[in-house]
Amino acid sequence: MAMEITQFLLAAQSADAKVRTEAEARLRQFQEQNMPVFLLSLSVELSNDDKPVESRRLAGIVLKNSLDAKDAIRKEQLVQQWMAIDISIKSQIKETLLRTLGSSVPEARHTAAQVIAKIASIEIPRKQWPELIGSLLNNMTQQDKPAALKQATLEALGYVCEEISHQDLVQDEVNAVLTAVVQGMNLAEHGPEVRLAATKALYNALEFAQTNFENEMERNYIMKVVCDTAMSKEVEIRQAAFECLVAIASAYYEVLEPYMQTLFQLTSNAVKGDEETVALQAIEFWSSICDEEIELQEFESPESGDSGPPHSGFIEKALPSLVPLLLETLLKQEEDQDQDDTIWNISMAGGTCLGLVARTVGDAIVPLVMPFVESNILKQDWCCREAATYAFGSILEGPTVEKLSPLVQAGLDFLLNTMKDGNNHVKDTTAWTLSRIFELLHSPASGFSIISPENLKRVVGVLLESIKDAPNVAEKVCGAIYYLVQGYDDAGPSASLLSPYLTDIISCLISTADRTDGGDSKLRSSAYETLNEVVRCSNIAETSSVIAQLLPVIMNKLGQTMDIQIVSSDDREKQGDLQASLCGVLQVIIQKLSSTDETKTIILQAADQIMLLFLKVFGCRSSTVHEEAMLAIGALAYATGSQFEKYMPEFYKYLEMGLQNFEEYQVCGITVGVVGDICRALDDKVLPYCDGIMGLLLKDLASSELHRSVKPPIFSCFGDIALAIGEHFEKYVPYALPMMQGAAEICAKMETADEEMVDYGNQLRRSIFEAYSGILQGFKTVKPDVMLPYAQHLLKFIELVSRDNQRDESVTKAAVAVMGDLADALGSNIKLLLKECLFYDEFLCECLRSDDEQLKETAGWTQGMIQRVMVL
Amino acid sequence: MAPHDNRRPFKRAAISDQQKRRELSLLRQAQNRRDAQQQARCLASSILSLQSAAPESQPEQSDIELETVPEAEQESEAFSKDLDVRQASKLRGPEVRKWFARQLMLPEWMIDVPDRLAQDWYVFARPAGKRCFVVSSNGTTVSRQRNGSILHHFPSALPAGAKIRDGSGSAQSYCILDCIFHELDQTYYVIDMVCWNGYSLYDCTAEFRFYWLNSKLEESGACNAPSHYHKFRFSAVPVYNCDQSGLHAAYTGVVPYAKDGLLFYNKHALYQTGNTPLALVWKDENCSQFVIDTDGKGEIPSQQQVVLELQDDRKLVTSDDPPVLFGCLDGDIIEKSGLHTGNLLRFAIGDGGLSFVDGKLEKADLIYLGKSNRARAFADSYSKGFQLKSL
Repeated sequence: MAMEITQFLLAAQSADAKVRTEAEARLRQFQEQNMPVFLLSLSVELSNDDKPVESRRLAGIVLKNSLDAKDAIRKEQLVQQWMAIDISIKSQIKETLLRTLGSSVPEARHTAAQVIAKIASIEIPRKQWPELIGSLLNNMTQQDKPAALKQATLEALGYVCEEISHQDLVQDEVNAVLTAVVQGMNLAEHGPEVRLAATKALYNALEFAQTNFENEMERNYIMKVVCDTAMSKEVEIRQAAFECLVAIASAYYEVLEPYMQTLFQLTSNAVKGDEETVALQAIEFWSSICDEEIELQEFESPESGDSGPPHSGFIEKALPSLVPLLLETLLKQEEDQDQDDTIWNISMAGGTCLGLVARTVGDAIVPLVMPFVESNILKQDWCCREAATYAFGSILEGPTVEKLSPLVQAGLDFLLNTMKDGNNHVKDTTAWTLSRIFELLHSPASGFSIISPENLKRVVGVLLESIKDAPNVAEKVCGAIYYLVQGYDDAGPSASLLSPYLTDIISCLISTADRTDGGDSKLRSSAYETLNEVVRCSNIAETSSVIAQLLPVIMNKLGQTMDIQIVSSDDREKQGDLQASLCGVLQVIIQKLSSTDETKTIILQAADQIMLLFLKVFGCRSSTVHEEAMLAIGALAYATGSQFEKYMPEFYKYLEMGLQNFEEYQVCGITVGVVGDICRALDDKVLPYCDGIMGLLLKDLASSELHRSVKPPIFSCFGDIALAIGEHFEKYVPYALPMMQGAAEICAKMETADEEMVDYGNQLRRSIFEAYSGILQGFKTVKPDVMLPYAQHLLKFIELVSRDNQRDESVTKAAVAVMGDLADALGSNIKLLLKECLFYDEFLCECLRSDDEQLKETAGWTQGMIQRVMVL
Repeated sequence: MAPHDNRRPFKRAAISDQQKRRELSLLRQAQNRRDAQQQARCLASSILSLQSAAPESQPEQSDIELETVPEAEQESEAFSKDLDVRQASKLRGPEVRKWFARQLMLPEWMIDVPDRLAQDWYVFARPAGKRCFVVSSNGTTVSRQRNGSILHHFPSALPAGAKIRDGSGSAQSYCILDCIFHELDQTYYVIDMVCWNGYSLYDCTAEFRFYWLNSKLEESGACNAPSHYHKFRFSAVPVYNCDQSGLHAAYTGVVPYAKDGLLFYNKHALYQTGNTPLALVWKDENCSQFVIDTDGKGEIPSQQQVVLELQDDRKLVTSDDPPVLFGCLDGDIIEKSGLHTGNLLRFAIGDGGLSFVDGKLEKADLIYLGKSNRARAFADSYSKGFQLKSL
């Protein structure tokens, strides 16, 4: 009953667009007419060794995409679609796929293994494919089966383990699967193809093997096999085994102790003498151990030592041998690694690992690294000088300021001089080291800085000279300036220290952004981003005139981007990137200057021209709005207040466009934020636009396509709109309130095991409360009765939230505040409802006992509001 | 399914400014939203506490003993908790204008002589300047004009008006004074006292309030010359009984400020927000330099003007309660000018003037000029129209 679809699958890959489009249409037609038969036909196509490899390949891809999707909602639809298919057709498809594992064509076997895993991910948890594991294991246990079948079967087993949980199978099956995989790695029994496939399958099955790793005997056995495999003579198999070790380091850190001696030897030998692909994994093993220990240290609670998993101090114990091992790798740089982003070599991995080791052990690393630095820093060979500097830069995070500051104090002048070194690579690393020093050891705001007021002049002088160096060096210098100025943010009187240099710094950054020798736009965007930090951190009282002068310069540059000739889509992208940087700078300037009344007038005077530029930036694209321009407009609306009204007729269509941008959900989210800014700026003058805005926001909420992170801000935005337009919100109540109630009910049912979901749930609750607050406040003086029918549901929701111990502080604040708003707005109307509520006294008491002044104040106010209702 | 990529950030420039800008924007928006909602909370609660406080306890006019204080204290505590001046100093928007407009007691124009003027009324020369509320609390003082806009934000010697050591102004304490700021000598002339040192005087008679004002203001040191912790001088105005000599003194007497008409206060009246017939104003060229309206440049427009509110049914009304109908607007003007219900519109009074029959307005010759200044919070009162007619 399968259809003949080979010709369409081939035509769908034709170079001729017309042929291609027609074939795609036919395939879609088949799919729509009879999905089950279409899927069956695809599996038959994939299985048939007489068909061309191209049509089989596409058949496999289409089949896989009919079973799985990245998007969770789409995936759920596909699962439902598969489950609805007649069982006999599903069986045929599955049998066909299992048969394909034995195909003589490697690609077909591989694809079949993937598709089998996708079906397994749907059916195994539902116990609908009980015979799968048995038939796969059967392929492995029968001696006479060809190696190709075993290889594909191992692949399938690995993928299946990755897709399902060990709890979906009985323990005997789990054990049998792992036994099959581990035996596949056995040197005596199998050839290299099978062993490689088995090692990769183990990698995919590591999480699945959880119960086996808990059992010491089984664990010992698995570890022994992996370690043996890491010494295979085939480099690919060694690499795969080390990849397993890296994954084991993360997943099973707490049981590694007995194996560490062996693992150190293994990784040490690999770092010293193995092929680079293997050596990189060996270094990564240690980086992963560092990650684990850093995380344990960060979450270590001093009062309860026994609650978390134990910290085994592997890095500390390995330190005397590990550090020299890593330092050696630093000398293996490649000439052009700073110019090419795609390079990842052993010296880069080693230096990165050294930095992690420093963060893990702190002061203890310093005496192990400094001799290397001192003996190499003056050598003739640039490799030595660069390695010494890189080692020094790598250990700046972790050790204490007390330990580091004498060393940095002594070395700073040397580093500044090194910015004139003859080697580009050395200068690049030196500039990076300077940026790390400024990031970590320069904080006038907290009273400590490696830079004295006396040597600031020299520091700035060197940086502004070196920013003219080669693009890669200049980019690192931008980073150094970024952290240098950041130190003076909020630094009280010290903040003035930088003011005299501001004009020079700004003009050098502008010239750097104008450079054309950068190749890509990385240097330019670094220069502009550094400029943003300079503006943000400057002392407004002393530098407002400098920033005021910068404003027309940036506006002018943004104006010039409209004249860029656009021939290709590449040009369009470049124009968009440049506009993004410039809109970013404008946003920062607008925010800075509108922060004081004296300087705000500068923005108000230029507002018309700035807005005109933003509108032109929007005009450069047809269907999407420019994210950075949108962000900047939010800042402008905040600065101009009610004046912003005059821009609305022109701007509104872009606001609509932004709210409809489901794909670039960041843009949609930012636009929602800007609606809030506009509501606060315009108050009731936003009314003429509200029908359109509310319509789109409601559509956004209802959409399953839109990323969920945008949805909480939309609820908050309801509150902003209601607060701005007051009683006029009444007509939206029948639409908005059911959405809010629905979302509240979703919150109630939300999964609490998943940390990410807990975060999302907290955001959602806070935003629902904010929506209620805005709406209640908006109706309060004029039409509070509109909200009366919704009071009970809201109270129930507050009660539910008050009983949840996972709610975060911001949710608590919003919940307490909305309860006060409810009492305030509805007054004696909700007296009876409140009397029936037993929870609020306790909840208020909890809040009144809080250490958070803001929460206490709000709770006090709410208590007053409720008392007023009760005595009326 | 593919082995993971083990590349880690290397010598990263570590600057991701776009994300930083996004996050800073979100922070700013969240802060602004909190402020806006918090403002709405403070405003509302203070309106309510003022309204609910007013009708309850009415001390006898002669009862100026301190026995009344505990009662007042209870109310004022509720009030001080609600009114956060730090928040109030950030107030903006139409809600705020409406609120502040409603909080001041506004005199009607004197169009006839009230009964028992000599016995029941006070009179004083009104200083020319900006009418405002001065609120001191939590170590700072804010003055706010009728339209809600802030005039000054400053330290003062009023209780709780500056951040100074002496414990006299406790955290609970605050003052609300009804003042006129006189530009020329940079002085706040206090024409009424609404709250003093945490005690609400809303429900006290004018007699009590003026007595309290005269004794307490002096005591506090607020009448002293400006200093570091006291940026502007405050001063009481001389208040007279409305008998022959009092009227004469108020009308012709020398005061340190430019006069802008005479204010008449009924001694028994509580502090009532909005227009009230228990406070009256009189102006003529002898006691005011502003007998008639001037425009923005201080020039007298060729025609006198009046601001009226547009109703649903195109009717134009005054701010009185109940509103007095002054006329009706053509539908096409409304359409052409994009006017909405509630808009405040400025009209010139044409040659036809205003015709009154039996003291009631019969017809008005109004010429539409345009929308009123946004800072304007409400329409003129009927009595302004009447006084215009009497010119």
